[in-house]
Amino acid sequence: MIDLQQLQDIGQQERDRRKPVRIRCCTAAGCQSSGACSVKEQLDGAVAAADLGDRVAVAGVGCMRFCGRGPLVAVDHEDGTSQLYEGVTPENAASIVGTLQGQPTTATLGDWNHPFFAHQMPIVLENSGNIDPERIEEYIAVGGYQQLYRALHDLSPEAVVKEISASGLRGRGGGGYPTGLKWATVAKMPGDQKYVICNADEGDPGAFMDRSVLESDPHRILEGMAIAAYAIGANHGYVYVRAEYPLAIAHLQTAIKQAKRLGILGSQIFDTDFDFKVDIRVGAGAFVCGEETALIASIEGKRGNPRPRPPYPAQSGLWQSPTLINNVETYANVAAILRRGSEWYARIGTEKSKGTKVFALTGKVENTGLIEVPMGTTVRRIVEEMGGGVPGGRQVKAVQTGGPSGGCIPAHLFDTPVDYDSLLALGTMMGSGGAIVIDDETDMVDVARFYMDFCRSESCGKCVPCRAGTVQMYELLDRILEGRATERDLASLERLCVVVKDTSLCGLGMSAPNPVISTLRYFRHEYESRLRSPMAAGHGG
Amino acid sequence: MSVITLTIDGQAIAIEEGATLLEAAQEVGAAIPTLCHLKGLSPVGACRLCVVEVEGIPKLLPACVTAAAEGMVVHTNTDNLQDYRRTIVELFFAEGNHVCAVCVANNNCELQDAAISTGMTHVTYPYQYPQREVDVSHPQFGLDRNRCILCTRCVRACDELEGAHVWDIAYRGEHAKLIAGLDQPWGTVDACTSCGKCVDACPTGAIFRRGATVAEMERDRAKLEFLAQAREEQQWTR
Repeated sequence: MIDLQQLQDIGQQERDRRKPVRIRCCTAAGCQSSGACSVKEQLDGAVAAADLGDRVAVAGVGCMRFCGRGPLVAVDHEDGTSQLYEGVTPENAASIVGTLQGQPTTATLGDWNHPFFAHQMPIVLENSGNIDPERIEEYIAVGGYQQLYRALHDLSPEAVVKEISASGLRGRGGGGYPTGLKWATVAKMPGDQKYVICNADEGDPGAFMDRSVLESDPHRILEGMAIAAYAIGANHGYVYVRAEYPLAIAHLQTAIKQAKRLGILGSQIFDTDFDFKVDIRVGAGAFVCGEETALIASIEGKRGNPRPRPPYPAQSGLWQSPTLINNVETYANVAAILRRGSEWYARIGTEKSKGTKVFALTGKVENTGLIEVPMGTTVRRIVEEMGGGVPGGRQVKAVQTGGPSGGCIPAHLFDTPVDYDSLLALGTMMGSGGAIVIDDETDMVDVARFYMDFCRSESCGKCVPCRAGTVQMYELLDRILEGRATERDLASLERLCVVVKDTSLCGLGMSAPNPVISTLRYFRHEYESRLRSPMAAGHGG
Repeated sequence: MSVITLTIDGQAIAIEEGATLLEAAQEVGAAIPTLCHLKGLSPVGACRLCVVEVEGIPKLLPACVTAAAEGMVVHTNTDNLQDYRRTIVELFFAEGNHVCAVCVANNNCELQDAAISTGMTHVTYPYQYPQREVDVSHPQFGLDRNRCILCTRCVRACDELEGAHVWDIAYRGEHAKLIAGLDQPWGTVDACTSCGKCVDACPTGAIFRRGATVAEMERDRAKLEFLAQAREEQQWTR
């Protein structure tokens, strides 16, 4: 059994064994795909070859966020300064170690003061890229699991819920439901058996925030889940993570094993009567399993079909027990809120959307990667300052948020502050945090068709509006794109948008028309310019 | 058990707490069309035909799975709802291969009834003409997937009443299809007891008795309801 002293000792030992110079090499999925593993090998080899082993340590760390410029390597010097290198190759990696001995390097210098970094406020990503995600000691060294300890020993479950409520945290999966309210609901449900679930089935095209958090700081999620479990009275948690994220799964497995070994997960945690175990369930490639009732069915071993709500999972969820289900990013905020206080958290962001939001900035944008910004940051700052605009001198046309459930924000509305309510007012949604930049060469009807194709192939097929409606909408979009459609087809499309939105069973179907509705709202002329006259249609057949 | 009161289409009604809006509506004689619902089987809320409007709730609610609540003011048949339902029925007709003129269930088909009751005179969306398989490997019954609307009544009747669970849905979206056993010919599924409950449950002519031809479909729907309630109510005779 581990106590606070031992926890702090582990952290202290870890800090003591730090060498003066630390070379951090990103080994998260993005950089790995561009060769970060061989870069790290080369760095290790170069340190050994230069006989710097007693002064310099190379660490494989999580995501350093500027994914478009990877592989990224950072050198943290003795004097507290840090140098970033971008696009490091196995060939020039060794020369980075050479700089420590005064030699020149062929590697490209990065800039920590780049607007991409400068406007960020890392809370969820505070450890990402700084610690080795495969070592629990590094997480403990930055204060990890101390909030769980504090919650178990100094706070009542009600006090934890109160703190989360007071912080104003809202669900980061996209809906923006107040997290404290959800916790309080599950906590107050009668029943001995309750569950917590972490939804890591991040499926929106272009979204990779949750993957990055799991890969870079898995213990943070476990701590958040454990605190949630204590608050609501659960003893068992599941992380539902998609199979397409093998590195995230591996890091999570390692993290669970390490936490169990230290007694931070398991029975009588920190010498209290709180028990908590976590299991991983790997999704099999269905987008709909990100919908909470489908996700629960999938964990139960059933076909991942959604079911009508109510009853909500908070009332009757996994195996009919009250179940708390939150997104990865939501749990990632929990320990930070307890550590720094709800007042601190509630001061960040806008009136109704507190804290920060992580966005995966992708598409036709100069700087791609992960950004964590306070709620209320304008779209313009995100896309133009941090993202650096569209490459190749093209103009930015819009940015798509919320993936296939969201919509687009046209360039003329870029001064909108990003929060849950302002995005809803624009006809899109926060979503889980994908932000795809669209340039002026891109056809908005094509964008709508892309998302409709996605929804059509990801529909579970249970309810007819989604199953058959998405097929019909896809075909209508196709007709419009190919110049075969008439005014009547456009009316048909708009009618289907309403029917599918209003009558579908689950969130996937209800939101499937959103990309069409949104592009029609702002770029209707792109649809209309492709229509042919009914006369021509009549004669042309 | 307590009783609640609510208003359905202007009529006040008192009903046991826990009853669904569909049950409440049936009690006042409001005809809400349904396809996936079958009394005695667990509700799934999949066909969306039974959506109703409840004052003060911005969403449409499926009557078959929504619990009636004190003071609700429910509208079951507004022009708006009729439009939704007609579009939904059109989507059903466009996605399958429903040809009444050659169907065993002609004049005895709930999809056909739904088309008539919603006033669907024609289908405005392009027919998909999907390629679907027919399974006549069972000695007594046949399955024509061209007529299947994926309501899962057969799946539930077989699982919940007969306890055999021969049927299930495989694949997803537009490719979802009814399968027997482990996606094998029906006749080769050992679990099938040939009880015929799926035939009685099917709203269309998708599952039928072999030997019947156009418009000869007969079902004993009352038998299913009786079986479903026999255990609950300890009534063993019809």
